[in-house]
Amino acid sequence: MKKHIIPAIRLTVFCAVFFSGIYTLSILGVAQLAPNQGNGFITEVNGKRYHTNVAQGFTQNKHFWPRPSAVDYNGAGSGGSNKGPSNPDYLALVQTRIDSFLIKNPGVERKDIPAEMVTASGSGLDPHISPQAAAVQVKRVAKARNLSEAFVQKKVAELTQKPLLGTEVINVLELNLALDGLSSLK
Amino acid sequence: MSSEIIGIIVMYALVLLMAIPLGRYIGKLFNYENTWLDRAFNPIDQIFYKMGGIDPYRQMGWKEHLAALLTINAVWFIISMFVLLNMEWLPLNPDGNPSMSGDLAFNTTVSFITNTNLQHYSGETGLSYLGQLTLMLWQFISAACGMAVCGVVFTAMKEKTTTQLGNFYSFFVRSATRVLLPICFVAAVILVFNGTPMTFEGKDTITTLEGKEQQVSRGPVAAFVAIKQLGTNGGGFYGPNSANPMENPNYITNIVENISIVLIPIALVFALGYVLKRRKLAWTVFGVMTLGFLLLLIPTITGETGGNPALEKMGISQTAGNLEGKEMRFGAAASANWATYTTCTSNGSVNAMHDSFTPMGGLTTLLGMMVNCFYGGIGVGFLNFYIFIILAVFISGLMVGRTPEFLGKKIEAREMKIAMMVALLHPLLILAGTALASHLYAGNPEAYASWLANPGYHGFSEMLYEFTSSSANNGSGFEGLGDNTVFWNIATGIVMLLARYLPIIGPVAIAGILAAKKYVPESSGTLKTDTPTFGFMVFAVIFIVAALSFFPALTLGPIAEYFSLY
Repeated sequence: MKKHIIPAIRLTVFCAVFFSGIYTLSILGVAQLAPNQGNGFITEVNGKRYHTNVAQGFTQNKHFWPRPSAVDYNGAGSGGSNKGPSNPDYLALVQTRIDSFLIKNPGVERKDIPAEMVTASGSGLDPHISPQAAAVQVKRVAKARNLSEAFVQKKVAELTQKPLLGTEVINVLELNLALDGLSSLK
Repeated sequence: MSSEIIGIIVMYALVLLMAIPLGRYIGKLFNYENTWLDRAFNPIDQIFYKMGGIDPYRQMGWKEHLAALLTINAVWFIISMFVLLNMEWLPLNPDGNPSMSGDLAFNTTVSFITNTNLQHYSGETGLSYLGQLTLMLWQFISAACGMAVCGVVFTAMKEKTTTQLGNFYSFFVRSATRVLLPICFVAAVILVFNGTPMTFEGKDTITTLEGKEQQVSRGPVAAFVAIKQLGTNGGGFYGPNSANPMENPNYITNIVENISIVLIPIALVFALGYVLKRRKLAWTVFGVMTLGFLLLLIPTITGETGGNPALEKMGISQTAGNLEGKEMRFGAAASANWATYTTCTSNGSVNAMHDSFTPMGGLTTLLGMMVNCFYGGIGVGFLNFYIFIILAVFISGLMVGRTPEFLGKKIEAREMKIAMMVALLHPLLILAGTALASHLYAGNPEAYASWLANPGYHGFSEMLYEFTSSSANNGSGFEGLGDNTVFWNIATGIVMLLARYLPIIGPVAIAGILAAKKYVPESSGTLKTDTPTFGFMVFAVIFIVAALSFFPALTLGPIAEYFSLY
């Protein structure tokens, strides 16, 4: 054992230099070539910066809402609810969310509410919703903005990401920015 | 077929496509044959040997390999404890995060040097960037350590009688620089270009569209995430791991990260075939592992895409499956897929919260860790499988009345004793730990109320999962468990230590002892170990060990919850 102590220490120190230092710095260097120099994707509108990949807690009627967040959309302390599927408190919470969604979205039927709009996301920062979740909000948003439902629906369709593999999603922030941009033009 | 399912199949195909040539490459590294990357890496490795004061050509026996491994791991332990206990005043702490408490530092240190990455802290608030970089170092070198041990065991399994099993440091350095580093680099670059942060600046503060202030954590995320996925480590930069949209921004990064989980564990099986020149044996091992993996994957996906029956009763639409704790850009199927990979391989990163899975998903993820060798962790996954091979050889030998032999070496009482001890250690640690925690909780539910986020069967599953994850060196969790307490930090810390080093010591000892024995050439009396029949035998042994020892505990947790819901 004894004769291995010195090589072990020396090797570890050099590994630290190499893997924590040189490897990290080289990735940092490559990041300077990436969009926004490795600070995450940023959308800039009217001189204001928004993190494209981080959900914002939209609550106003004129905005599309993201999925519920167990951490109140805290981008510096993300997390899920970690509630199990049979937990009575959790089920009661989901029931409350359904009721409140129905009140705030008149004209929407219970069977049309997608589960994602009443269940908390894994990170609490899920920036996306599905086309179905956007569809059940169109009526509310159109009314609040005095736009026709068909027009809002068209915007939603335009911003729906349709990847080759995986799920179809809409970035809620991008959608709301697009709609806000329209109103400011008027 | 839905595009979600096609995504999963395409991903697995990509894994195989890359794992087979990578396995060949790793086999060449272990055999010290020339590869096309030598020109780049020979000089780098020379610097490592020079700086370490190491003679990479000096041969070691199995005991010396273990001595070298344990010594260097002890060094890591001390350095890591120092950094985590003093982060507050050490450099690279722009967010002013505090140092860890003693028990938390112990747990985190053990967790990272044992390749487990159980995280009782939350990355955004619990670590400085120096802390993250230190843990990242363990992610690299604990994985390299696992691969090095695997190299030693492969070398010992060759057809000859020897006590000279290569040089530990050399296996270690070659694994780190020639396998982990280049693949990590590629993965990290893909991540950065898809929006994963890579910066040393602190939190960003923005004003949301509705005028509220929002803080967003950043950091050297991409570099960290690449190795945590590739090294079967699993410890995320952010609290919710790869569910966080900065850590795993889109479906492409999800595929890259998910492939990284399993790439090297599968490649090592093919490396075995290359090193021993026994491709049929490698395919048999791969077949058994894949069969077990699929038997866990399919129910997980069915369970999660099927949705939660309790929500079904509320009359809402659950066409997209059980979405509590999941992210829309992945969907239920890709989340269930990841969950199976991460628990089968001892990776432990997550892209969805396992605590909120349906009982079926909870059951299969637990089983993946209980078996812990369907692909398994880097290096150690094969070591666990090796133990089951030894057991299967012995049992089949007894059944057909032949001398139990494996690769021309006789298996005798001493090896069997070691194999049995290692095989029984895993159930012992899990079941005894869970029993102790349940006993404490049941005796005084008020005092330990903060432990469990969920009542009833699911609460029991949370404790069972925590010990299973620790003992499998996995690191994922039913994160509702309030685990940053002295009890959980110390108890799971001890479990992780025992469950890492004893299952390394055991197989290395067996392989070392067998290597020194006389080589008996194959004859008509030899039990063939590269046939489907023998594969089935190994599978049966795994099934009996896992099913019989864990079934009672599983009935109290996920199985009971299943019947209460459906």
